[in-house]
Amino acid sequence: MTYIAKPKLHHPTLAKNTVGYTRRDYEGTVSTLCAGCGHDSISAAIVQACWELDIEPHRVAKLSGIGCSSKTPTYFLGNSHGFNSVHGRMPSVLTGANLANRDLIYMGVSGDGDSASIGLGQFAHSMRRGINMVYIVENNGVYGLTKGQFSATADRGSKSKRGIANTDEPLDMIGMALLLGATFVARSFSGDKKQLVPLVKAAVRHRGAAFIDIISPCVAFNNHSGSTKSYDYVREHNEAVNRLDFIEEKSEITADYAPGEVIDVAQHDGSVVRLRKLTPEYDPTDRIKVMNYLQERAAAGEVVTGLLYVQPGAADLHDHLNTVETPLNRLSERELCPGSVALERINAALR
Amino acid sequence: MKRIDAINDFVVKFANVNGSGSASANELFARSILRMGVPVSPRNIFPSNIQGLPTWYEVRVNETGYQGRRGGVDLAVAMNPQTWAQDVKEIEAGGYLFYDNSKPLPKSKFRDDVNAIGMPLTEICNATYSDPRQRQLFKNIIYVGALSGLMEIDPNEIEKLFSEQYKGKEALLQSNVKALRLGREYAQQHLAPIGLRVRRASNVGNKIFVDGNSATALGAVYGGATVCAWYPITPSSSLAEAFIRHCQKYRVDPATGKARYAIIQGEDELASIGIAIGAGWNGARAFTCTSGPGISLMQEFIGLAYFAEIPVVIMDVQRGGPSTGMPTRTQQSDLLSCAYASHGDTKHVLLFPEDPTECFEFAAQGFDLADRLQTPVFLMTDLDIGMNTRLCDPLQWDDKRAHDRGKVMTREELEAGKEFGRYLDVDGDGIPFRTLPGTHPSRGAYFTRGTTKDRYARYSEAGPDYVDNMQRLARKFDTAKTLVPKPLLRPADKPARFGAIYYGSTSAPMNEALDVLAARGIHVNALRVRGFPFPDEIADFVASHPWVFVIEQNRDAQLKTLLVNEAKVNPSRLLSVLHYDGTPITARFIVDQISQHAAARTVVPLKKAVS
Repeated sequence: MTYIAKPKLHHPTLAKNTVGYTRRDYEGTVSTLCAGCGHDSISAAIVQACWELDIEPHRVAKLSGIGCSSKTPTYFLGNSHGFNSVHGRMPSVLTGANLANRDLIYMGVSGDGDSASIGLGQFAHSMRRGINMVYIVENNGVYGLTKGQFSATADRGSKSKRGIANTDEPLDMIGMALLLGATFVARSFSGDKKQLVPLVKAAVRHRGAAFIDIISPCVAFNNHSGSTKSYDYVREHNEAVNRLDFIEEKSEITADYAPGEVIDVAQHDGSVVRLRKLTPEYDPTDRIKVMNYLQERAAAGEVVTGLLYVQPGAADLHDHLNTVETPLNRLSERELCPGSVALERINAALR
Repeated sequence: MKRIDAINDFVVKFANVNGSGSASANELFARSILRMGVPVSPRNIFPSNIQGLPTWYEVRVNETGYQGRRGGVDLAVAMNPQTWAQDVKEIEAGGYLFYDNSKPLPKSKFRDDVNAIGMPLTEICNATYSDPRQRQLFKNIIYVGALSGLMEIDPNEIEKLFSEQYKGKEALLQSNVKALRLGREYAQQHLAPIGLRVRRASNVGNKIFVDGNSATALGAVYGGATVCAWYPITPSSSLAEAFIRHCQKYRVDPATGKARYAIIQGEDELASIGIAIGAGWNGARAFTCTSGPGISLMQEFIGLAYFAEIPVVIMDVQRGGPSTGMPTRTQQSDLLSCAYASHGDTKHVLLFPEDPTECFEFAAQGFDLADRLQTPVFLMTDLDIGMNTRLCDPLQWDDKRAHDRGKVMTREELEAGKEFGRYLDVDGDGIPFRTLPGTHPSRGAYFTRGTTKDRYARYSEAGPDYVDNMQRLARKFDTAKTLVPKPLLRPADKPARFGAIYYGSTSAPMNEALDVLAARGIHVNALRVRGFPFPDEIADFVASHPWVFVIEQNRDAQLKTLLVNEAKVNPSRLLSVLHYDGTPITARFIVDQISQHAAARTVVPLKKAVS
């Protein structure tokens, strides 16, 4: 961590986005995580993505559970409301917040301890319901804040800092998200900003449950040889299936791409996710094939990254519940309370 | 043989098998008496089961309007061979046993001091209907018809009820009327009238007949709740289901057909309270409804809502605990686990409605209190109120009444430069201002957390910051004392040395017990507690009586514990009257207990005692 707070004054030449904010306006307080922590790179990617998307910072609500990852919402979007809830329960709190006001952008940040162990149930059910949110798991395979116990995403055979091998089968959060109906599923690596920023942008613009599993090495407890969540290991085994460009509006496919090399996925709001294929046969809109492919590559020891699955035109929880367009927290008393005349009719029917 | 003769004052108990369609027939019986202007209070006594196990429906008919369970049975309608022995045993001497005599029963099955009335119900059904399901369903209607003949219930009232229920379903209406007449005519031709009779009266007035869970749910609609998250659990499931029904009727935008509400059946109680807290944080009025086991599961989240100061309403329809306990029986045994829910120093606001009318009022008020105090508010009902239909005062709503959204700082106030500190006590009442997410581009954002923080919501583990915050929370709880419903005093007609404190569903039998006691010369001033933290009147009440009975439906005297702990009353003045077998407390029980205590504490002058 650094002890030196960055000066609040902005350099006059800092570029502003179309809503008038510089990149610095999307930062939070100084991180208290360990120097070199993957999580800080993810916070930086969120800052960059929100700035590039021209989102007004206060229109984002950031929610988290408990753990190192869940501390990070303090370190980005300082002008957004944040909620550091209880361990493993971010999804339910986010669900409630989303129901109350459908107009904000909801960013849920969690870790592998928070989401794969204590909060596995809530993770699963939030995917099932299709809550419009970005759900980021900062996955390092270890409990950092309690000093180095294996988490449920630690690979079998992966070694702890003390050299003990994990004997439990790892929990596959990507596989679960796919099975449970998430409509946007991605995996990335905290050390790959070029891949991560457009993924976060696309996830924010996606309507529905957007899940990003980000492998984010823990420099203090899980970055040694023998660990499958170390910087070196992930770099060596990272196989990206596609490169993603996030485009605000649909434009013609330029001649830079060979035919069949690019897939355009239209989003609800008119934006487009343009995928440049790195694996020719990979189709991220075919859920069954995606699941098969990921299982095959995992068996071969690869860490597949990229936008793994996206369902164009997905619906969200508000669609399922058919709620009014006005956020529920802004409905007036007149719209909510049936009044005394209706009550008198109710009384009459109960006699 | 002795015969109980009673007009408009008796207890009928139906013994049935659950899943046999008896519930609606039995309710029909109760409603028909109500339509004759005679108050009734029915109670479902049912197992945690869907089909095949014994279930009872006990109807107390009482012209005076006593709603509590009386105890004892004057007429048993024994339709379940499984429970025959038990049902026969419960009948008061001189009472009546109505049964199906299609198959002869040995004399040993009967009692000498009970009047047996046999009717070949199965035989009649088999002769009339060929479909097995019809035979079963209409058997219930036939016995209602027979009882109407035996007890002089006006058949026109029953037929009117049918025509309301089966409006537009002519075939169903006709077949029910036919079954009813079949039973009634048989009884009139073959059986002698019994000593229990219903005579038209006018003691129902404009009262309504409704169950507490429906009324609570309606209170949530009127109180402006838009988010409900719940997990099915007896006896609270019907509350959420009623909220769904009410919302479908009253909360759909007429122009678009879209819902002005969101209801989520959570994956468990933890998710349910989490969703409600998330919605409360974001400015929607939100609630969850549950029972004891759910409260246990929600503890961690309740502490978060207390410490992070998030409005949320929790409706606890109490059942028999601990553990799974008696899931279909009633108790008032969650007081302590709700009052002090969660680890660390926590205290919560509790409301104690006495009947469906207050369920409606307190549910709506609960949302005002939660918003005003920015804290969880518990509505403490129970199975007896929640799942039984009760005759009670009509629901009222003043259209001038506005929802109190509490201290929420607006965009305009922030823009004007008003100081915002999320945990800053600006008014001295311990209640800070909050902002809702998305309010202002650069002011008023803060980080909500369960960890310690300073007045400006910044993370802090500094002792003084922690103590400052905890003391403010205590001040806020003092403010709550002035906002919860005040206790209601029912003074004795004559000067009384005894006081009695009671709450919730004990109210109905207590009202009756006080009348009986007064008639016996035992005068008691009674105070009904309706909210926690306790308003000062409660301590004053205890201080002004040498002895105060505290009547509760739990083993450990939980309200008494709270009174001693929180109202600092002298425990040696308190005498507990405790009923906790899962059945609702009765006036008879209260009268017996108080009479015994009173006798032991009534000092007879020595001269009188020896002479």
